Amino acid sequence: MRLFYRYQDLAPQLVPLDYTSCPDVKVPYELIGTMPELKDNPFRQRIAQVFSQDGDGHMTLDNFLDMFSVMSEMAPRDLKAYYAFKIYDFNDDNYICAWDLEQTVTRLTRGELSAEEVSLVCEKVLDEADSDHDGRLSLEDFQSMILRSPDFLSTFHIRI
Amino acid sequence: VTGQLRDLSDRSQRRPSRKQTSIAKCPRDRRRAQPSQKEWVTGSPRPGSSRKKQTDRGSCHKGLWEQKPCKVERSSKGRRKKGQRASLKEQRTPPKKEKEVLRKETCDQPKRPRSISLASNGESLSEEELVQILEQVEEKKKLIATMRNKPWPLAKKLMELREAQAFVEKYEGALGKGKGKHLYTYRMLMAKKWVKFKRDFDNFKTQCIPWEMKIKDIESHFGSSVASYFIFLRWMYGVNLVLFGLIFGLVIIPEILMGMPYGSIPRKTVPRAEEEKAMDFSVLWDFEGYIKYSAVFYGYYNNQRTIGWLRYRLPMAYFMVGVSVFGYSLMIVIRSMASNTQGSTSEGENDNFTFSFKMFTSWDYLIGNSETADNKHVSITTSFKESIVDEEESNKEENVHLTRFLRVLANFLITGCLCGSGYLIYFVVKRSQEFSKRKTVSWYERNEVEIVMSLLGMFCPPLFETIAALENYHPRTGLKWQLGRIFALFLGNLYTFLLALMDDVHLKLSNEETIKNITHWTLFNYYNSSGGNESIPRPPLHPADVPRGSCWETAVGIEFMRLTVSDMLVTYITILLGDFLRACFVRFMNYCWCWDLEAGFPSYAEFDISGNVLGLIFNQGMIWMGSFYAPGLVGINVLRLLTSMYFQCWAVMSSNVPHARVFKASRSNNFYMGLLLLVLFLSLLPVVYTIMSLPPSFDCGPFSGKNRIYDVLHETIENDFPTFLGKIFAFLANPGLIIPAILLMFLAIYYLNSVSKSLSRANAQLRKKIQVLHEVEKNHKSDKERATVTNSEATPKSSSKNVSQLQLTKEEPVSYSPSQIQTLDKTSQGPGTSADSRVLQPASWHLGFQPPKVKLDSGQPQSQAHTWRSGSGKSAQTSPN
Repeated sequence: MRLFYRYQDLAPQLVPLDYTSCPDVKVPYELIGTMPELKDNPFRQRIAQVFSQDGDGHMTLDNFLDMFSVMSEMAPRDLKAYYAFKIYDFNDDNYICAWDLEQTVTRLTRGELSAEEVSLVCEKVLDEADSDHDGRLSLEDFQSMILRSPDFLSTFHIRI
Repeated sequence: VTGQLRDLSDRSQRRPSRKQTSIAKCPRDRRRAQPSQKEWVTGSPRPGSSRKKQTDRGSCHKGLWEQKPCKVERSSKGRRKKGQRASLKEQRTPPKKEKEVLRKETCDQPKRPRSISLASNGESLSEEELVQILEQVEEKKKLIATMRNKPWPLAKKLMELREAQAFVEKYEGALGKGKGKHLYTYRMLMAKKWVKFKRDFDNFKTQCIPWEMKIKDIESHFGSSVASYFIFLRWMYGVNLVLFGLIFGLVIIPEILMGMPYGSIPRKTVPRAEEEKAMDFSVLWDFEGYIKYSAVFYGYYNNQRTIGWLRYRLPMAYFMVGVSVFGYSLMIVIRSMASNTQGSTSEGENDNFTFSFKMFTSWDYLIGNSETADNKHVSITTSFKESIVDEEESNKEENVHLTRFLRVLANFLITGCLCGSGYLIYFVVKRSQEFSKRKTVSWYERNEVEIVMSLLGMFCPPLFETIAALENYHPRTGLKWQLGRIFALFLGNLYTFLLALMDDVHLKLSNEETIKNITHWTLFNYYNSSGGNESIPRPPLHPADVPRGSCWETAVGIEFMRLTVSDMLVTYITILLGDFLRACFVRFMNYCWCWDLEAGFPSYAEFDISGNVLGLIFNQGMIWMGSFYAPGLVGINVLRLLTSMYFQCWAVMSSNVPHARVFKASRSNNFYMGLLLLVLFLSLLPVVYTIMSLPPSFDCGPFSGKNRIYDVLHETIENDFPTFLGKIFAFLANPGLIIPAILLMFLAIYYLNSVSKSLSRANAQLRKKIQVLHEVEKNHKSDKERATVTNSEATPKSSSKNVSQLQLTKEEPVSYSPSQIQTLDKTSQGPGTSADSRVLQPASWHLGFQPPKVKLDSGQPQSQAHTWRSGSGKSAQTSPN
């Protein structure tokens, strides 16, 4: 219920109060991105894209609820890992390749690192986590790495 | 071709989704079928220009394919409809409908094939079917339970869930036999209601957690590490509430309700000399006067064995509560430690993922404040840089001697500081004993000990930090050292304080004998002086006039009380001055100052997590120690925690800035608990010492008149339990039995320890095995994937390559083309092929293919060389082209 009101708050002119009758309303990404929970997140665009139906960041209520159910504390670990993988997979090719890693690093550091440093970091990450040495991270690589992380569960959630 | 067609039509007979299979199986047939469709359309009576065009095109095709498609349609439909030919229009429409129906059926096929048979069979269900339905219901139930784990969009989840629930509902009732059916449905209904109620109750419970919103607010501003302090504070508050309830309910309330009232006996009365000033605020503030002779302190309690009409055994209760305070605290600390470690058992020994963790888990998704986000960005950047530098300079060690010298120097300085502070406290406590002998003492002289201790606690940690800058440690190591040093400082201070107090106690104990004699002498004189007229007994001496001992327990309790209060005040004043005023100054003076105050020197204060946590822990240690001598101390502590919760929340939100350096929450939580456990143990020691080996004061407290405090146990056992129990206890207390018991305990600990060690070793081995298996599986899978990828890519490319490379390697095409064709065939045949042959074939194909690749790639960087075994398939394909 609270989520619905939050959703409605985002675009009061778009979302009707009575939701039973007209279910296909979309809130554009520009409004989703201004939520206080998301507005400072460097991956907000990715999050919105991953959870929206057709990858453009515009969300229906279902997508919205989906997003917060995954990001809630109660969501299981594997599910979180799966969506984290999708979020970090910038070009949607089901692999995290060097380019995705570079994107991640630049977003995390806001471009403060030099190009060599970024590439060094990416190389290191691939070195550590890529267990089958194909130069990119598959979902299995990512899961086996992320599930061993002590902070993943504590940091990868949004409270509403 | 006809054979193939017949085969096709046969298949279409067998499988319900005729259209789909035909499309998937052979595309050529589909092409043939399309014109035939159009042909039917052409014949339809509907007019239309576009139709006409299609008709023309269709007729072109018709010329080519007319015979066979008709055959297809006829053969398949002929069998289906048993030779019935319908009109042209009908011919066009039914297939579509049929298709829909059929598709629905195929969709439902795996889910409820039984539904059809059920409908047809009606009531007659065989055992086998029942079992099958049961299985399906179980399956659906499992699906409902695990729905959350599936990465589906919500709409799909909802649909599946509804379907599954409807299915379960429909057939669950059918499973109950005959009469039991209604009962069964009723039970299911109740179970559903119960689940709903439980969910509501859980919601209610989460809403009842105090300060949840406040903490969330802080969490979003400062990240999880600062919030962990407040969660710890909240936990501490809960523990203290329980302790308070224990002490208040079992000791203080009975004493007030059923004990002798104030002024009835000497220990409950303010002495004559102090009576005048007993109500002054300055006296009350020092916990003298009326407060000293109240139920808040040890000395007020009487040594009567039972009080009131309930015959409540107060001394016994006092003793047991004192013990159970420690017992409960120990239990709760250890339990929460265990529950903290439970979640983190799978962690450890994974330092090989530093960069990955930094990249994927360093962002705290809770952050919802742009300032914090800025800080987080900066801290992540610095941490990346740090680890890059670490990586680069891991083997390089510069100027070892200088760093070593500096570190030794720093440690020397800090040890000096610790010793100095210890001596200072000892000196001050000694001096305060001197002061206490004098009649007139100023306010400063009276509170010197507390002031000095608080000041030390305030100024030493920053001093340590400055010295630690000399050492040039890694920040994390530095933080650990810093924490350890502050811990040592606090501990040293506390223990010096205790030792000085012990000196005092021993002094008082040695004086006690003389005072005891004086008291007896006075009373004796008073009663004997009446002399002749024994008929009229003199009124007993007023309790205020009776000379009495110093009651060291109350004195100790007062010391702890004062220390707690002054500690609290110093904390609040530090927050007010150090954080709030500084923030105000920086905020408002920034407009008229020569440099940027916010960015430059004073700036805003950070929230000092480690210092605050240690302060809290030591405060708790004092509470544990003091609660035996001053039962009211816990009440004061509850108040303190309550106020500090609100005050610190406000201060943090109003005047602090988020951290630049990160003290990780997830690991530190158990660290706090470990410190708390250590402090609990250390505060247990002096209390146990006083209980076991110091004689209690003769004229105050519940244990007065006994040799040792624990004698109350003996007394209760002897007087209140049956004699045989007393004998058993006496027998148990015999050292001949206790020593073997202790030995046995040691053995048990040793055994359990070794068992857990071997188990953890087995665990590690199993994990390694799983990893190996996982890798093997993955290799298999990647090989398979590569096979399909290369095959799909190979067809267009290999031909051009053949042309270009024919002169390079003459025998090469011979070596790989047949195998390639084979694999192609197998992929086109669909999922019937075995995986092994596919894995094997591309490998042989690679072998054949490798020479030209190497020759061609000689100019390119050989970075992929080490990834040859698994990754070569794709790189070999893509890189030459």
